[in-house]
Amino acid sequence: MRNPQLTKNGELQHLLTIDGLPREILTAILDTAAPFTEVAEREVKKLPLLRGKSVFNLFFENSTRTRTTFEIAAKRLSADVINLNISPSSTAKGETLLDTVDNLCAMQADMFVVRHASSGAPFLMAQHLAAMDLEHIHVINAGDGRHAHPTQGLLDMYTIRHYKQDFTGLVVAIVGDVLHSRVARSQIHALITLGVPEVRVIGPKTLIPADVDKLGVRVFHDMRAGLKDVDVVMMLRLQNERMQGALLPSPQEFFKYYGLTADKLDCARSDAIVMHPGPMNRGVEIDSAVADGPHAVILPQVTFGIAVRMAVMSMLAGA
Amino acid sequence: MKIQIKNGRLIDPANHIDAKKDVFIAAGRIAAVGAAPEGFVANRVIDATSLVVCPGLIDLSARLREPGFEYKATLESEMAAAAAGGVTSLACPPDTDPPLDEPGLVEMLKHRARHPNFAHVYPVGALTLGLAGERLTEMAELHEAGCVAFGQAHAPVVDTQVLMRALQYAATFDFPVWLQAQDPFLGKDGVAHDGEVATRLGLPGIPVSAETIALSTILQLARDTGVRIHITRISSAAALEMIVAARASGIVVTCDVSINHLHLSDADIGYFDPHAHIVPPLRDGRDREALRRGLAEGAINALCSDHTPVDDDAKQVPFGEAEPGATGLELLLPLALKWAGEMQLSLSTALARVTCDAARVLGIPAGTLSAGAAADICLFDPRGSFRVTRESLKSQGKNTPFLGLELPGRVRCTLIEGHVAFESGR
Amino acid sequence: MQLPDAERLCAALADSLRPGLYPDTALIGIHTGGVWVAERLHAALALKTPLGSLDVSFYRDDFSRSGLHSQIKSSDIPFEVKDRPIVIVDDVLYTGRTIRAAMNEIFDYGRPARIDLAVLVDRGGRELPVCPRWSAQSLQIEPGKNLQLERSRTGVLSLRLIDA
Repeated sequence: MRNPQLTKNGELQHLLTIDGLPREILTAILDTAAPFTEVAEREVKKLPLLRGKSVFNLFFENSTRTRTTFEIAAKRLSADVINLNISPSSTAKGETLLDTVDNLCAMQADMFVVRHASSGAPFLMAQHLAAMDLEHIHVINAGDGRHAHPTQGLLDMYTIRHYKQDFTGLVVAIVGDVLHSRVARSQIHALITLGVPEVRVIGPKTLIPADVDKLGVRVFHDMRAGLKDVDVVMMLRLQNERMQGALLPSPQEFFKYYGLTADKLDCARSDAIVMHPGPMNRGVEIDSAVADGPHAVILPQVTFGIAVRMAVMSMLAGA
Repeated sequence: MKIQIKNGRLIDPANHIDAKKDVFIAAGRIAAVGAAPEGFVANRVIDATSLVVCPGLIDLSARLREPGFEYKATLESEMAAAAAGGVTSLACPPDTDPPLDEPGLVEMLKHRARHPNFAHVYPVGALTLGLAGERLTEMAELHEAGCVAFGQAHAPVVDTQVLMRALQYAATFDFPVWLQAQDPFLGKDGVAHDGEVATRLGLPGIPVSAETIALSTILQLARDTGVRIHITRISSAAALEMIVAARASGIVVTCDVSINHLHLSDADIGYFDPHAHIVPPLRDGRDREALRRGLAEGAINALCSDHTPVDDDAKQVPFGEAEPGATGLELLLPLALKWAGEMQLSLSTALARVTCDAARVLGIPAGTLSAGAAADICLFDPRGSFRVTRESLKSQGKNTPFLGLELPGRVRCTLIEGHVAFESGR
Repeated sequence: MQLPDAERLCAALADSLRPGLYPDTALIGIHTGGVWVAERLHAALALKTPLGSLDVSFYRDDFSRSGLHSQIKSSDIPFEVKDRPIVIVDDVLYTGRTIRAAMNEIFDYGRPARIDLAVLVDRGGRELPVCPRWSAQSLQIEPGKNLQLERSRTGVLSLRLIDA
């Protein structure tokens, strides 16, 4: 079956997941993002690329941060942005995901940015749009369940390329709650597709998913061993709910063994960079001194994120 | 009505027959096989040239959705599907609404299902009241009302002491108990097999241990209570090994596998296809291979459709939210034939798993074409094919992972007690 | 068709520009050919203000039809645009749409004092009211062909006719 993200000619129709996208498309997105970074330096931070287009932010899961960066990106491309926060209560009233999509298509939507708690929801939308012959409408996945957060993965790759240039010589470690993380899955696919020779995941066994090594990563449960000689440390957010459900005993014990502190970071290379998708839980997965220290590139990630999202939207709209 | 079925290839696995023989029917029973009985004058002659004539199929699990779920399907539509699929007897699980835990409900179901075009219905009664796993049902009364076995469908009995007592009680009357091996806690939020596919797709997983740990409990309780136990819808190689070992140690245990687990694996979830969301989950390729071999060798006793019609709305949602289940009555024969073809098994072996072997599990005198048996017969074209589409399926449930495929075999005629319940042109 | 020598045209263009310069004039070349010409002019005119370059891909009017190119370069304007006289430099002037896009982009950086246009070759065929103040050569190009500026490995500029 054809990858629903790609057109018959192999061009990007939707951005749903990094899994299955060829290296050329990932590289093209990173290359396209580069010129968008300098738009932020100008007086008029706008480009006319999406003028007249309507971008609907369809967020079924609350997220001010991600929604805001997509909104900024779309507005910098001169698009009209409409934000829809669909709380669980209104879906309980009966309108299904596809009904909502149909209503918005009737309002001349050109692009959907969707965040949903269920893995696969953006695929359902894309398949539905194809079945309705609405191929001019594009879907960007802003995070679906545990499955994927492709724009985050891409902006992380852009950040790595900015500081390290060549993917093919790096050792990268992803640390924390990999089991529940859509960011981690997108990062893993992107790193491997772009040719990173060694990708590691570090965490307690309760937070590492089954058969994750089959995705091409090395699993470590000892953080110091896992960080040895690492060039890029990618921290993941730990949600408070993990203490219930018997996955972890306490944030304190987690911080002691899996939190990024200066002395654990010393195991990595001296020029290692530290990344985090945000928002950070200081003192849980990362020590404040490290988060604010010279290795951290967390704020630049945010800036690059806007450029990467502008690039993705432009590439889809021009397809 | 006297009927002669002539020129067909008779395959009756129970009697080891695979030959060109005519069948003679009178008063709803098989009067003779081979030569006509003395003075037999047929009211109707059915020409079965190039067709296979076999016992009507026996499906160990088909949800008719009555009572309670009529918006998903009704008796009329599902019985039409059964007849179109060559199924003449079926067992239905107790998870109707309300569940089959009262004799009155069972009687009403059997009454509703009495029609010359309808397959014979063998209800599996609820083991506990409301399927809640706390109090026993009146199993003896339910048996008298028509229940052939007792089970819990997918509702676990959490309290092992209650489970033990329920099995003891059933064993008192020598009633078989049919159970799905599924631990109530392991993988309780899961929607897919806990492996590479679930990890890649970010779907919460159900580990194999959810099946094997529950199975271990059931097998040991079966040993202790002496109850006749049937394990429904096994999904893993590990579970099959445990059952084979249990038999070797003297425990009486049968098991079945569904058409879905026989042919599919978790890879068939593809891009989150909700049609592949079923319970128990589709496991990986190695499990599927073990199940295919197990059914061929007879370690798995029977193949069933696990027919579960789901309305479209319940499937047009993200994978994890979709209601699990797939339609299957019309696919039981084609998928049995497909499996046999791929494994290079004889038609007789394939048909045995859906006729006499299934009948043996159900404990009914059916699934044969012996003289004197009820004339429940299926005629199918082994060289024909069935294209699975929403239009071609007679069931109200159009949800199957096999949609769009062309499967081998085409049912041409189904007789139930000598009455033509289904017939289609050539 | 005999094409003129691009390097000689650049020298001639620089000479014609010289009288029209202000002390704070800035050159902005349009990628890629316009930047090469602008580099020649900037050196020949010994301008104080550093050279600017524009990639107009984000301002083209055919985005909906053709999408984004793969080879977008960054625009680089290393000076204040506000109140400054600017000369846009391009290699071949044709329909005028590229110049329209360039002007829109420049205005997003600030309000210039004035904008003039200098081109190496004007091939006519305007579809918008755009007019060069300085043009080194007018040429008629046969239909089905395009005129392209190239740079050799050693950095020498030349003109070539290619199929459209």
